[in-house]
Amino acid sequence: MAESYRRSHWKNGLFVLPYLSVFVVLLVFPLAWGVWLSLHKVDLFGPGRFVGLNNYVRVLADPVFLQALRNSVVFVAFSVPTLVVLGLFLALALNRTTRATSFFRGLFFSSSVLSVTIVTLIWRFVFIPGDGLMAVLFEQVGLPPIGFLSTSGWSLFSVGVATVWWCLGLPMMLFLAALQQIPSDLYEAAALDNASPLRVLTRITLPSIARTIMLVAIIQIVMQFQLFGQAQLMTNGGPNGTSRPLVMYIYEVGFVRWDVGKAAAASEILFLIILCAAMAQYVIATRKPEASE
Amino acid sequence: MSTENTTYRPESLTANRPLLWIAAFLSILMMAPVAWIVGLSIKSNQDLMLGTETVFQLPYTIANYINILHSSQAFGWFFNSLVVACGQTLGVLVLSSLAGYAFARLEFPWRRTLFVIVLFGLAVPEQAVIIARHQMFNWFGLHNSYIGLILPNLSSAFGVFLMTQFFRAIPKEIDEAALLDNASQFRIFWKIMLPLTLPAQATLGIFTFLYAWNDYWWPLISATRKEMFTLTIGIASSQTNFAQSEGLGFLSAQAVFASLPVLIVYLIFQRHIVTAVSGGAVK
Repeated sequence: MAESYRRSHWKNGLFVLPYLSVFVVLLVFPLAWGVWLSLHKVDLFGPGRFVGLNNYVRVLADPVFLQALRNSVVFVAFSVPTLVVLGLFLALALNRTTRATSFFRGLFFSSSVLSVTIVTLIWRFVFIPGDGLMAVLFEQVGLPPIGFLSTSGWSLFSVGVATVWWCLGLPMMLFLAALQQIPSDLYEAAALDNASPLRVLTRITLPSIARTIMLVAIIQIVMQFQLFGQAQLMTNGGPNGTSRPLVMYIYEVGFVRWDVGKAAAASEILFLIILCAAMAQYVIATRKPEASE
Repeated sequence: MSTENTTYRPESLTANRPLLWIAAFLSILMMAPVAWIVGLSIKSNQDLMLGTETVFQLPYTIANYINILHSSQAFGWFFNSLVVACGQTLGVLVLSSLAGYAFARLEFPWRRTLFVIVLFGLAVPEQAVIIARHQMFNWFGLHNSYIGLILPNLSSAFGVFLMTQFFRAIPKEIDEAALLDNASQFRIFWKIMLPLTLPAQATLGIFTFLYAWNDYWWPLISATRKEMFTLTIGIASSQTNFAQSEGLGFLSAQAVFASLPVLIVYLIFQRHIVTAVSGGAVK
């Protein structure tokens, strides 16, 4: 019928040409160029000679890289479950449309629109020794002060607190959206059976949003592996590199010490880690249990 | 599916009162750091030198905010951020609408293949390309320029993906009538399709704007001259000489000042943002 008017024509492709050219020049080419860089000895003065996998060997043998990798893994292992659990809790608590709940939703999401520099400025004023909010509170209560930003262990923890504060809005919103999708007849059946709220939660609510929980977790893994600004601005990776994440390592190697080949190799390794998580996300997102569409 | 004769509300199983109280308590924890920084921003630097616990006592002052108007470069940075964020938003909207329209509603050779390739772009994180991009922009001397700050994020596949979804949702009958009238493809796009996607344009536009405004890594390495800083980078640079020359009160005021634009955008467009965030997940 009218499909004959939708004939394939190369001219129709002109609509995608502007974006595709930007896509190729600014994404595809740099992606390939990054791989090329990682296989060459490159410095500030331009491309050098082919060194094979030497850059990768140098990265993997670098104790600073291994420490950064460990920091990133620890950071992801603690921040992601916290974000998922808190986000899920808030979504459950605010899953009703009243004036109060929409106010709280707006409030919990509001920190997400701030830039990393504002977030870190706020949290530095909380954690700095002497003048910070925590220091003032500790003094009032009579506790000995803690060097939140300068003690190993505490510094990564402080970065994590700021990050959870900053990123909490997205998981909450995603969970709220998923909760809205649960068919209400499931709940009605449960009400007829006089099921306890806890039973409803574990038997109906959580299983119904299991896919979203996985999805949120993976999105957060991808995002938190890219931790950079918070650590750089709050602790500068210190003390002794105990809060330096992978991306900050790449930044320092590539843009402070200008060892471009090595930084490119490190970024390819991080890309591989993130790609695995993204693939998992794609698989889960496209697997549709309910045949809707 | 809802049954009118039942008073039963499914939400009541989850959103009960004790949970709400805990959420309210968490919101206080959430706001405490913000209240603290707002408090610092309305104290004079001299008072804060004596100790920050003076925040809880009078007198308060707006001197720090007035100082922003006079002494700092914050306004120049603010302007840079505005140019970069608006430029990026405009670029993303134009590119994504054109591409999304074609991917969703037109036929052309390799359409499916190209779309899949673009979708793969969603999985490429910034750090996989940033080093190569930095070199490329170096070759063309694009660092420390608005073009250099705007261009990289135009390649983001997210907008194309979002617009394709929206164009797909428009019923086929609407442009079929126009096709029968022999209107050109671009005319149909411009006169009929585009106006129908205004809500989507708003959503994508707000997101791009916020993302651009808050972008950190690229401006950090691309804009190295102080007068080309975006506000985000400018605030970061004044953090490094922390509490020395400028004082806690002044820095706090600067932070409040810098977060006002995004918070205002957020308050006005809250509904669009929520739809975009939750809509993207369910689809």
